[in-house]
Amino acid sequence: MAYSEKVIEHYENPRNVGTLDKNDPNVGTGLVGAPACGDVMRLQLKISDAGVIEDARFKTFGCGSAIASSSLVTEWVKGKTVDQAMTISNKDVARELALPPVKIHCSVLAEDAIKAAIEDFKKKRASRQA
Amino acid sequence: MSLPIYMDNHATTPMDPRVLEAMLPYLREDFGNAASRNHAFGWKAEAAVEKARRQVADLIGASEKEIVFTSGATESDNLAIKGVIEFYKSKGDHIITLKTEHKAVLDTCKRLERVRQERLDELKLLRLGQLAERDVSAEELPELSAKFNIDADETYKKWAELPTGGARVTYLDVEKDGRVSLEKLAAAMTPKTVLVSIMFANNEIGVVQPVAEIGKLCREKGVLFHCDAVQGVGKVPFDVEKMNVDLASISAHKMYGPKGVGALYVRRKPRVRIAPMVDGGGHERGMRSGTLNVASIVGFGAAAEVAKKDLPEEAARLLRLRERLRTGIMEQLDMVTVNGSLEHRMPGSLNISFSYVEGEALMMSIKDVAVSSGSACTSASLEPSYVLRALGVEEDMAHSSIRFGLGRFNTEEEVDFVIRLVVDKVRKLRDMSPLYEMAKEGIDLKSIEWTAH
Repeated sequence: MAYSEKVIEHYENPRNVGTLDKNDPNVGTGLVGAPACGDVMRLQLKISDAGVIEDARFKTFGCGSAIASSSLVTEWVKGKTVDQAMTISNKDVARELALPPVKIHCSVLAEDAIKAAIEDFKKKRASRQA
Repeated sequence: MSLPIYMDNHATTPMDPRVLEAMLPYLREDFGNAASRNHAFGWKAEAAVEKARRQVADLIGASEKEIVFTSGATESDNLAIKGVIEFYKSKGDHIITLKTEHKAVLDTCKRLERVRQERLDELKLLRLGQLAERDVSAEELPELSAKFNIDADETYKKWAELPTGGARVTYLDVEKDGRVSLEKLAAAMTPKTVLVSIMFANNEIGVVQPVAEIGKLCREKGVLFHCDAVQGVGKVPFDVEKMNVDLASISAHKMYGPKGVGALYVRRKPRVRIAPMVDGGGHERGMRSGTLNVASIVGFGAAAEVAKKDLPEEAARLLRLRERLRTGIMEQLDMVTVNGSLEHRMPGSLNISFSYVEGEALMMSIKDVAVSSGSACTSASLEPSYVLRALGVEEDMAHSSIRFGLGRFNTEEEVDFVIRLVVDKVRKLRDMSPLYEMAKEGIDLKSIEWTAH
């Protein structure tokens, strides 16, 4: 598989690998994919009460594209509001990394991970307010 | 030691310098056509081919008259299977093979199944035409089949028993260790069974099948035994007499010879007949026409001679290297599994799964070593290996496997380098793996509802 330089760069120097405290009310965790399919992505976002993403961490089990896609979105979402982050689409990720067609799936996973993490955060906040 | 290190000797092997030396004269001055009987150029080429035939035959305990040169193992597998089915079609049309065979065998079998299905559909149409007393078209097949209950029709049933040119195929499961069960093999045989096709050593997992026992069983049942011996020949002793093999496929480039040349062993006593797939000048006793690839055949012969001479010593050396690699990795990393029997295995072969690390990502991070991934993530399909799945390896583990193929030119120094590299990179990837973290926290990954996609 011939990867673009950007994929290789992110793969070799992944940004923001790590774990945030999932019990922190300001942390939303998105876990998407399945081990049987060969890729699982966990994205965690620390979101301020004003709705700004202050920090992002990921851990990914998957191929080079999956790791690069998660690394890229952690960079992208930082400093964005929740609403802005929700507009990041898999097409943006695939284009930025020049993913080969069979790997488009990895960018879909990255988009899903953002949405899942934000949804988790919103759920937490709703239950706090309730 | 120079980088990258080649450890993918199942895929192909580098040519041995002794092989290249033997070939060179036949690419230069001795270029004759081995079929030219009327001058010295032809005689020289023919003599060289006949010497190579003996060398190849010697490696597998055959006589030189039983060696048919082909373009490689894929052609040999095709010729053996299609050739037997075509020649023995009046006797039967059932083949038994394993789910873990090479695609050259599996896809050939699937083709024969399709041929049979198409022929049966034609016969159905013909019979339905008689029953409906008019011409019927293929589109009407489902509807009319139901209306006339064609599968129960006596005339159709009789026709369907006639030779179709295709075959029925049983794809047997293997045991957890990757080996066939002889009981299951015996139970799958029917009076229509004409051929069993089971490989010697598996290309992905290196597991060696109980070929002698399979041969004995086939001989007792009067069924022909074809063995795709490509991976194992030259590395593990293989003898067509001791193992009762009737047809065997071998390839030069898997044993340090050139690419594009192989052979099919076809037994003479008791005689095995096959229909040719390539017609033409009647070369190779009519079984495979086409001007012989003299230089490559000479290289094949030289490779076979070297392999035979070096086998005991080289097998022992490779076993030491592989065990060094295996224990070196397994002593330093937890949650590592060897796929397939460790006991019944080619000496240079190691297929291992690193839990919670994806195979392709690992390959990418050890790019100084050429290996292959058990997962098919690098190909167009993202399905994990069908061989590992047939062993009952869980899908996540099948995505986490790497195949190491050690060969004649690998050294201890290289193995030690690879151990260090693999251990380091697996640790790095596991630090990045959510699954490893969860497993370490004691979370049962099977209890999680994954979003399958």
